[in-house]
Amino acid sequence: MGFGPYFLLATLEGLVMAAVLALTALGLSLVFGVMRVVNVAHGEFYMLGAVLAWWFASLVSGHPALGFLLALVLSPLVVAGVAFLAERLVLQRLNYEPEATIVATIGLLYIIQQLALTFYGPEARPVQAPFDWRMQLPWFGYSAYKLFVIAASVAILLGTWFVLRRTNIGLVMRATQADRDMAQAFAIPVSKVYAGVFALGAGLAALAAVLIVPIKQAHYLMGQDPLLLSFIVVIIGGLGSLRGTMVAALLIGLSDGIISMFFSPTLAKMLATLLVALVLVFRPQGLFGPAGMAAR
Amino acid sequence: MKGGEHRAIWLHAALVAGLAGLHFVLPDYHHGIFARVMVLAVFAMGYNIAFGYTGLLSLGHAMFFAAGLYGAALPIYHLDWSVWPSLGMGLLAGLVLAVIVGCLALRTVGVAFMIVTLMFSQVFYLTTLYFTTYTRGEEGLVLPQAARMLALPGQTVSLANADMRYWVAFILFGVTLAFSLALVRSRFGRSLVAIRENEERMRMLGYDVFASKLAAMAISGVVSAAAGSAYAVLFGYAGSGFASIQYSILPLLWVLLGGAATVLGPFIGTLIMFYLIDVASSYTTAHMLVVGVALILLILYFPKGIVGTIRAKWLRWLP
Repeated sequence: MGFGPYFLLATLEGLVMAAVLALTALGLSLVFGVMRVVNVAHGEFYMLGAVLAWWFASLVSGHPALGFLLALVLSPLVVAGVAFLAERLVLQRLNYEPEATIVATIGLLYIIQQLALTFYGPEARPVQAPFDWRMQLPWFGYSAYKLFVIAASVAILLGTWFVLRRTNIGLVMRATQADRDMAQAFAIPVSKVYAGVFALGAGLAALAAVLIVPIKQAHYLMGQDPLLLSFIVVIIGGLGSLRGTMVAALLIGLSDGIISMFFSPTLAKMLATLLVALVLVFRPQGLFGPAGMAAR
Repeated sequence: MKGGEHRAIWLHAALVAGLAGLHFVLPDYHHGIFARVMVLAVFAMGYNIAFGYTGLLSLGHAMFFAAGLYGAALPIYHLDWSVWPSLGMGLLAGLVLAVIVGCLALRTVGVAFMIVTLMFSQVFYLTTLYFTTYTRGEEGLVLPQAARMLALPGQTVSLANADMRYWVAFILFGVTLAFSLALVRSRFGRSLVAIRENEERMRMLGYDVFASKLAAMAISGVVSAAAGSAYAVLFGYAGSGFASIQYSILPLLWVLLGGAATVLGPFIGTLIMFYLIDVASSYTTAHMLVVGVALILLILYFPKGIVGTIRAKWLRWLP
């Protein structure tokens, strides 16, 4: 095979990666944008989504699509419920103080990870894809499910964008993001918005995980890479900027797919992390974010 | 105030004397734990200088501990260095890394500072994995007993010996405790606390805030690296696990539990947490759960920690 097929394959893999990453990072970005909370447990919500997807899928016998659909609906809901509880029981009581919430979400990370290890175990388990057709592309056939993941993710992103920009719920969220006190003065139930946004963010991560779990297996440590990559995406895109998050997810997902096809993945991760840390140091508003949106 | 200063010195001296006495009475198992706790408490004290006193919540101190660890272990393992120069190398590695990271990360504040330190630490961790040929990654380097001989005037002692290990850990702990006490009572230490409380005002008063923070970072990094180097030569093991995020979180947990910005807090926190995990792991393998629940409960109900609460309620003079 020449360079062409390799490159096409790497690009496709990168697009799948970018699609899932965009969903996960969107969740992190929403939570940070609206609540100013850095949710270190975000990767664990993703993991929880995948693990629950395996569990729901294993409940249903018959066609794999049934189990997958069940997981696709229930898993994000359960994860959102867990996040909602965590927000009400812990984050709200901390008054969303940045340092305290980081410590608390680290605690949450450990708890979720341990519970997954205890009840799910250290094995990696697959969920069967709802269909296993192959699309014939030039040079090679490619899993249609992976293309479906890209399409589904684009649809969900557009849906979220629509909710944020065109509906009342989105208006309330954006108002809270812009000025919490003013929103409160206009009778927006800020506390409820916070709980909802935290649940929504976790739900998006879980949704991404359900989509990826037929490709990558569910494992109790699978939340670490998405957490780091989501951080990278959100920082490069500018904390709290939605469009920036999208562009950055595409950039990082694609380059990660392509780089790790040609270089050592550890080296790729090393350089990417270093680069992002330096972006945060020298351009805290991100590469695309407006000035003044720096993380503080 | 004068009385308070004397009481503080006596209290800390009593702790050190108590630890010396414990050497003779502790059963073997607990004797070993105390040696380990003293070394890790040095790490926690180093962390406390940045987090507790200067208000720099770093999520990347594992890299300084690991810099000391590898700074000492690599020359011993690959270059057959003796213990003293290797320890020096560990401290130097911690200092250099802390100054570089400090210069970069201190340009940011708040949440960005936490993420930047976390990421630098992650880069360090990945570096130790990438150079697996030299570090042997997660599996780690085991330093042979023959290489862990400490040359003292007149004789050479083996650090693999449990008694010797306790005394070296004890001396390191005692020196760091005294240093901490002196630091926080010094003019410089008080300026760090003032920066934590109101950075703008300190800047307006003419203090070079950046230089002070950088100095605090450097000191914190060197003390953490000292703990790391000591860990390498005392316990004869250096693995990538010590550079992982978990070892950035643990000192935060220890300091929070004991009490941030208290001299005794880091030791108390480390000791209690160590025994808590030890006891918990005899009932269940779920020790991460203990860490997670402890973090959340502490931050929710007990943000001042043990020594911090004692100071707020009863002993106002505690440093």
